Amino acid sequence: MSANAEQGALYGLLAEFESPALLMQAVEQVRDAGYSKWDVHTPFPVHGMDDAMGIRGTQLPFLVLGSGLTGLCLATLMQWWMNAVDYKFVISGKPLFGLPANIPVMFELTVLFSAFAAFFGMWILNDLPKWYHPLFTNRRFRRATQDRFFIVIEAADPRFKPDQTRAFLASLGSTVVEGVNESAED
Amino acid sequence: MKSSVTDPYDNTVDDPTQPQELILGNQDLTSVTETVSDIVLERKTPKAWYVAITFTAGLTGILFLMIGYLFIKGVGVWGLNNPVGWGWAIVNFVFWVGIGHAGTLISAILFLLRQKWRTSINRFAEAMTIFAVICAGIFPGIHVGRVWVVYWLFPIPNYHAMWPNFRSPLLWDVFAVGTYATVSLLFWYMGMVPDLATLRDRARGRIQQVVYGVLALGWRGSHRHWHRYEKAYLLLAGLATPLVLSVHSVVSFDFATSQLPGWHTTIFPPYFVAGAVFSGFAMVGTLLIPARQWFGLKNIITLHHLENMNKIILATGSMVGFAYATEFFMAWYGGNPNESFAFVNRAFGPYAWAYWIMVSCNVITPQLFWIKKVRTNIAIMWVMYIFVNIGMWFERFVITVTSLSRDFLPSSWAYYDPTLIDILTFLGSFGLFFTLVLLFIRFLPMVAMAEVKTVMPIADAHSGERRSVGDYHGDIPRHIRNVPKEGGKS
Repeated sequence: MSANAEQGALYGLLAEFESPALLMQAVEQVRDAGYSKWDVHTPFPVHGMDDAMGIRGTQLPFLVLGSGLTGLCLATLMQWWMNAVDYKFVISGKPLFGLPANIPVMFELTVLFSAFAAFFGMWILNDLPKWYHPLFTNRRFRRATQDRFFIVIEAADPRFKPDQTRAFLASLGSTVVEGVNESAED
Repeated sequence: MKSSVTDPYDNTVDDPTQPQELILGNQDLTSVTETVSDIVLERKTPKAWYVAITFTAGLTGILFLMIGYLFIKGVGVWGLNNPVGWGWAIVNFVFWVGIGHAGTLISAILFLLRQKWRTSINRFAEAMTIFAVICAGIFPGIHVGRVWVVYWLFPIPNYHAMWPNFRSPLLWDVFAVGTYATVSLLFWYMGMVPDLATLRDRARGRIQQVVYGVLALGWRGSHRHWHRYEKAYLLLAGLATPLVLSVHSVVSFDFATSQLPGWHTTIFPPYFVAGAVFSGFAMVGTLLIPARQWFGLKNIITLHHLENMNKIILATGSMVGFAYATEFFMAWYGGNPNESFAFVNRAFGPYAWAYWIMVSCNVITPQLFWIKKVRTNIAIMWVMYIFVNIGMWFERFVITVTSLSRDFLPSSWAYYDPTLIDILTFLGSFGLFFTLVLLFIRFLPMVAMAEVKTVMPIADAHSGERRSVGDYHGDIPRHIRNVPKEGGKS
């Protein structure tokens, strides 16, 4: 996708499907046709779609693990430094730093940091929030969050050829194939 | 056993030859979307809603007036005395935190257990969790006495160069409840983003389009997004599960790590967690039954869902009853005279009235759910939920106040009475809770549309082998299911 696409330049082709079953068969064919810049838009996560699209695993779990361990270390260091180094005081004869009394806060901060990584990491990896997208200019596409299923092949895909790709999408059992422009023509 | 389904709303028949639909009324994706989003976008706000929110907002006002009065006068306006230094503020705190637990159980634990019926009620329960935790958070904040140094609860550098005492369970509480509130909020919002996108795409007014559009973060249902989204959802569910068990355990440490007879028991963490889930489900039911009646959601939140909730109430209620019995047994078996006195005093001392309210509501009431007619009757179950709510508040009252009012030394015993300020503050917290609930059902999608769609038969992409609709174990995720991976073709 060129950065300064002209207004009205083609973003890609949008094919609409009526059910997950029809979509699934089409998706497998798009995958096998070797397209790389394409996506599927559905109102809910369709099971088995990862395999059908050939999506590989995400690195999110590793981010979460790393962040959780950071939280754990931070909680340990914080409690040790604050209670046993910087501001020492003996209370109820308890040791200044004893692991059992510090476990609850260690656990909580591990969970907190992991949750932040899962939440924010997911949005960052997904390149969201992103309030403008060419697909939002298409009225039909509004049903992607309701009751219709879409395949989009981007014009930037090396295998994309306007007429051939359109004919290919039309042959997959879609109800409609439409072009979507980079920005709204108004 | 009934062999045919006569009532179209009854999907609770225990007959394996009759597949039970989770979503009734021949719904398709369009009708589910319309049913849920029209409540927010199309329906005229009912007059009753305005009446209700005026009333609850008034109560909320009373809450803040009472808090203001407390700040001006000090905690002496409450009924606290010596030795009862922990009164309704702590009781209310534990009550509200406990309520929240049902939401996390439904959204996280039932998700990990692949209970498909959770999808109709999880959004509502999660919202309730957050509002309950907000109400809970107020009480420890205002009961510290010197509210102007409330920030000492947090490890914030200050001019005294002091740090909080991490060996105190009260500080663990700050971290546990703080983490719980944060994680619940993230989980709730993340789950709502696809539905907010649905509202954005259906909204006709400019303001609605912009507000829901901003909140939806530009979600466009991309499967490459769903892929990471589902992973994040699974991870958050996995994190929230031990978290929710830890929260009420830590709350119980506030009591259990003290030396006081009646508090100093190791059974407290599991007993508190079971009680929390028990009370939370009762509160979800209390709110859900009117909501599904008034907003036409009977096909989505069906009798089957309510019956399942009642079964959980039965299970956790029995655990609570068992814990009461165990406490008594250990008080006798432990041979400590102070401990056994504390328990005899609970049942037969000056607070016997509170104890027996607690036992009747928490031990006897849920046992009626063994009877299927009771479990599937809307009116009866709603009354039972109210009893459970009352009983669980009294449980915390009994634990807190009976133990404190008669401790080791008879010369220091005293009876505790709440003041009008105590009572109005507590009622006010209900006002805040219900105000937030009313705002939620008016402005946000109260059923997780995207999740409900995944459990409908139409969601199955392999339509040739259409699975039976009553099969709750059908959609095992790929990493558990034994499917050869195809990686590397992206």
